[in-house]
Amino acid sequence: MDHTSSHRPDSGQSAQSIGLVTTQTVTLFEQGDPLKLDSGATLQPITVAYETYGTPNDTLSNVILICHALSGNAHAAGRHHPDETKTGWWDGYIGPGKPFDTNRFFVLCSNNLGGCDGTSGPSSIDPKTNKPYALNFPLITIGDIARLQKALLDHLGIKKVLAVAGGSMGGMIALQWALDYPECVGGALIIASTPRLSAQNIAFNAVARQAITQDPDFNNGDYYHGSKPERGLSVARMMAHITYLSEKGLHEKFGRRLQNREQFSFALETDFAVESYLKYQGSTFGKKFDANTYLYITKSMDYFDPFPDPETTAQRLQKVHARLFVMSFDTDWRFDSSRSKELVRILNLHQKNVSYQEFHSPHGHDSFLLPDLEYSRSIATFINRLYDEELRRRHHKDRPA
Amino acid sequence: MTQYHDDIAPIQTTDASDLRIDQEVIASLVADGARVLDLGCGDGLLLEYLINNKNARGFGVEISTQGMHACIARGLPVYHGDIDQGLSDHTDDTFDYVILSQTLQAVRRPRFVIREMLRVGKKIIVSFPNFGHWNIRVQLLLSGRMPKTPMLPYEWFNTPNIRMCSILDFQDLCRQMEINIIEQIPLAAWGGLPRSPLKRHLVRILPRTVSNLLAPVAVFLLEKRKG
Repeated sequence: MDHTSSHRPDSGQSAQSIGLVTTQTVTLFEQGDPLKLDSGATLQPITVAYETYGTPNDTLSNVILICHALSGNAHAAGRHHPDETKTGWWDGYIGPGKPFDTNRFFVLCSNNLGGCDGTSGPSSIDPKTNKPYALNFPLITIGDIARLQKALLDHLGIKKVLAVAGGSMGGMIALQWALDYPECVGGALIIASTPRLSAQNIAFNAVARQAITQDPDFNNGDYYHGSKPERGLSVARMMAHITYLSEKGLHEKFGRRLQNREQFSFALETDFAVESYLKYQGSTFGKKFDANTYLYITKSMDYFDPFPDPETTAQRLQKVHARLFVMSFDTDWRFDSSRSKELVRILNLHQKNVSYQEFHSPHGHDSFLLPDLEYSRSIATFINRLYDEELRRRHHKDRPA
Repeated sequence: MTQYHDDIAPIQTTDASDLRIDQEVIASLVADGARVLDLGCGDGLLLEYLINNKNARGFGVEISTQGMHACIARGLPVYHGDIDQGLSDHTDDTFDYVILSQTLQAVRRPRFVIREMLRVGKKIIVSFPNFGHWNIRVQLLLSGRMPKTPMLPYEWFNTPNIRMCSILDFQDLCRQMEINIIEQIPLAAWGGLPRSPLKRHLVRILPRTVSNLLAPVAVFLLEKRKG
């Protein structure tokens, strides 16, 4: 078999892993026009971090764009070092023989605009001041994030993607692609996502932002030379993390189990295992993630509303040709199935080619990241059908008349 | 190593001989270029046939995961859910035809479903197993137990078929709901299509007067009564 990845010096790892990967960076908008943002602001230059897996075919018709969620990054699959225990955030779905099969497809994932893992964001250096942008970084939208991805693909010479896929906020970006670049998208997989945040969703984001901005170390966002608002960010993450899991899932994992003790402390200590778990999750995240990015990205989600009224909806959907596949999980309460159905309903009203599937999983919102056979099969079936049709079109085109 | 695309059927076109008899009859009722909603579309065979051979624009509703995967593999737009949900998403007269094939007997609220079908579709096509068939009558008479047939193979306690009716019952319902019966086609056989064109034809020419006794399955083309 012709596995490009299996020849890599990563033989100790699982046969299904893509193996060793590296993050690449490119600087765009260096000269000429800057990137125009939805807010009216402009940005220049912009660095983009991205990773690719698999091999592009000769006509570049096998490209799959992966969009990451709030806290993700460009590292979607494989490992950066052979001894690394953690793989990329969607390693279960990207790799040889996996749903986004790197034996067949050329998969690309870039860090979102405003991010803190290589792509320009509030923590990047503002060339005008030679200091981090901090809160001088312009507010961004999901549309801006897609716009920068489009610029990256243009730079790489990719005119069209076979499919664009993402979960949660990544699903919003995938939807944005189908709306903004209808000629460039064959299919869109919009997973555990929503056409707009509800008041409750915005409320969760607002509390997260409050936790960060109320941290004494926040210093109005200008904290890059001193202590960072890690405590605020960690509280924000702890709360968000609860919304990513189902009540049942969390209870099954921890129950009322006590952490390293036989009895209640009767003091304000970490009594329960779930407390300790959340503290760990929060503090790990607080150390590695940029608090300003968290503020900016949650804002971009709050603003996302591609179908605010019937006229705009009709106009935006008029040119959409992509085959859309909306997926949700039954225990997800961050963006529950009714949000996905809301999107499907809008798309159906405008007679778009849309499929919808709900999967059973105990893991809540996080389900889209975790292994699941039926979900895997649906993704694989959808993608492979798109590609089979693409190959058939090419076959008919190539055949002499 | 799981090669997900190994077990996905290569793209092929369906022709009429792949269809079940009632599916072929349904297909023959659908006009070219129509917009079709298939409720309980199963593996999507009929829908794919209508799209490929009748230039239909189709949409399916399916509850089983297996059916979902089959439809996605055929490239069909399909909604995972029950029929009520699949209907409520659509505005009035969205479809030229709404199809309910061999599913009426399994829905909890048949009248509601038919009314909803007539709302979103200009015409509706319903096929169902005929409980008035002689085989069923004889079984109940002689054995005194719930009848079973190849089409209705379940035990009384686990059957999904909770709303069995005969052709006469269905005609009564149409009258009661003031629904126009445009066409009714009782079929003399059930299952895969006989390959011979003659037999295929013979299946469809059962006289109306004896159909409630002799047809194991019937197909109805219906519309709202006008005015």
